[in-house]
Amino acid sequence: MSRSDLLLKIATRTSAALSATVVLLILGFLFRDAAPALREIGLSRFLTDPSWHPLYGHFNLTPMIVATLATSLGAVILAGPLGIASGVFVHFYAPSALAAWHRRIVELLAGIPSVVFGLWGLTVLAPMIAIWGGSGQNLLTATIVLALMVLPTVAVFADNAVAAVPSESIRGAAALGVERWGIIWNIVLPQARTGIIAGVVLAMTRALGETMAVLMLAGNVVEMPTSLLSPGRTLNANIALELGYASTSHRSVLFVSGLILMLVVSLIVTAISWRRRSGQ
Amino acid sequence: MTNTSSIKTGSPRSSGHRTREYAAGIFIWFAASVVMAILAWIVVDITVRGLSQISLSYLINNVADAGRSGGIGPVILSTILILLVTLATAVPLSMASAIALTEQVGHDSLLARYIRLSLDVLSGVPSIVFGLFGNVFFTITLGLGYSILSGGLTLGCMVLPILIRTTEQAINSVPVEHRHAAAALGLSRSTTLFRVVLPAAAPALAAGIVISMGRALAETAALIFTAGYVARTPESVFDSGRSLSVHIYDLAMNVPGGGPRAYAAACVLVGMLLVINGATALLLKVAGFRIAPHFGARR
Repeated sequence: MSRSDLLLKIATRTSAALSATVVLLILGFLFRDAAPALREIGLSRFLTDPSWHPLYGHFNLTPMIVATLATSLGAVILAGPLGIASGVFVHFYAPSALAAWHRRIVELLAGIPSVVFGLWGLTVLAPMIAIWGGSGQNLLTATIVLALMVLPTVAVFADNAVAAVPSESIRGAAALGVERWGIIWNIVLPQARTGIIAGVVLAMTRALGETMAVLMLAGNVVEMPTSLLSPGRTLNANIALELGYASTSHRSVLFVSGLILMLVVSLIVTAISWRRRSGQ
Repeated sequence: MTNTSSIKTGSPRSSGHRTREYAAGIFIWFAASVVMAILAWIVVDITVRGLSQISLSYLINNVADAGRSGGIGPVILSTILILLVTLATAVPLSMASAIALTEQVGHDSLLARYIRLSLDVLSGVPSIVFGLFGNVFFTITLGLGYSILSGGLTLGCMVLPILIRTTEQAINSVPVEHRHAAAALGLSRSTTLFRVVLPAAAPALAAGIVISMGRALAETAALIFTAGYVARTPESVFDSGRSLSVHIYDLAMNVPGGGPRAYAAACVLVGMLLVINGATALLLKVAGFRIAPHFGARR
């Protein structure tokens, strides 16, 4: 091996190792700053404390956990069918020129920044939702906008999964006289299932990880939501709102909530990528 | 074909079938229209409310009255500086990592598997968590404070996975014959890489970089507690500076009456992203391939 090859090998391997270390660094630092709260307050008090009043030493995270799960699940329930339908659309319904446009539009939608979604939701959607009472800044508005934000993830995965279905089975069914929806429902969707599920699960992680749009739309009141029209604050929004002035154990609790988010999302992502790799 | 056996046979002309075909068609067209209509709605809304306020003086003047008047000159400068820091750190690191993954480390070696897994996890980390990490690591532990440098480095960590993945795909897309020909000429591996493989992959590499720029431009949550809020013109990368996205958030949420100006800034940001998107499409066309989505790359 020549000298330049050896140098290249050393430099690139070091970089690769460094890139892989970033995740460990993030976990390590989150854990370090979350440790005081975990030690002194303990996990159970995050569920049993009377309220979220960090200045008085009350650290109940339950309303925020509920709001986070409600908006994310709601967003995936809305975006799932629409995204899958959009993936099917480009293969079976759209004229080919429209299919190309549709793919570009999905791509553009994926690229819209979350603050822009937030701004649009705030000035356009919230006044419409306000017809049902309140300011329109509530969990429903946040959920709808969140759904629009994760829709491209489902759509792109569905598109690719449908594209990977062997055309022989589709042609075979068509030759038997099965109609379009019959083919999609009985042949395409079952075979594309793995890819579509991966897309939906990944959309869930995106929804769980979103901060800005939800922060701008959900109303940010810390109370147990009673309906979709109640305002709420998610864990992410809470970090964004309070990290600026939080100190000591309050700050540490914010790191605990960040650590929870990171662990949940990483577990899901690891599970998908592990399944994908072992499955093929 | 085992799959065909599961088709429920029945008279294709039964009315139930017909209704189902129609209903499904209507739903699918509806879903597709929703996607297209929403994008059109957002883009038109931003353009209509924002474009009329944009002028040359708006783009270069200083921020005045918390953003209600004046321009966004310093904000644009900060955004560009943050982007430069991000690219200056992330591009060399991801190039080298991608080279290691494609040319040096065996595809299924333990190291490669660990690196890929950690990059997958990194790509799923919520942006507010990057904000927490950047705040504790770059601003406090490394003592960089709220600065453009902290913000840019945080975003550098954030775009690593996408940048490495696109670079890997770009390198892998170079035909293996190129490498064989270079090997037959007796070129060393590094010469082959720098003289043959990377130049051939250049358009796709550029596309990956442009995609990452789009990601970095769109980011807000990771910047609030790293690059900070300061709207003055930064004197160096050690000063705090607010990005366009943070400016939009601040105007929309914290400045009463800031809505119209938030739209102006949003219009600038969306315009930039549309240009980036167009550039990506063009580069990928030149490169002749399509970047596979998350996890789609390696099946």
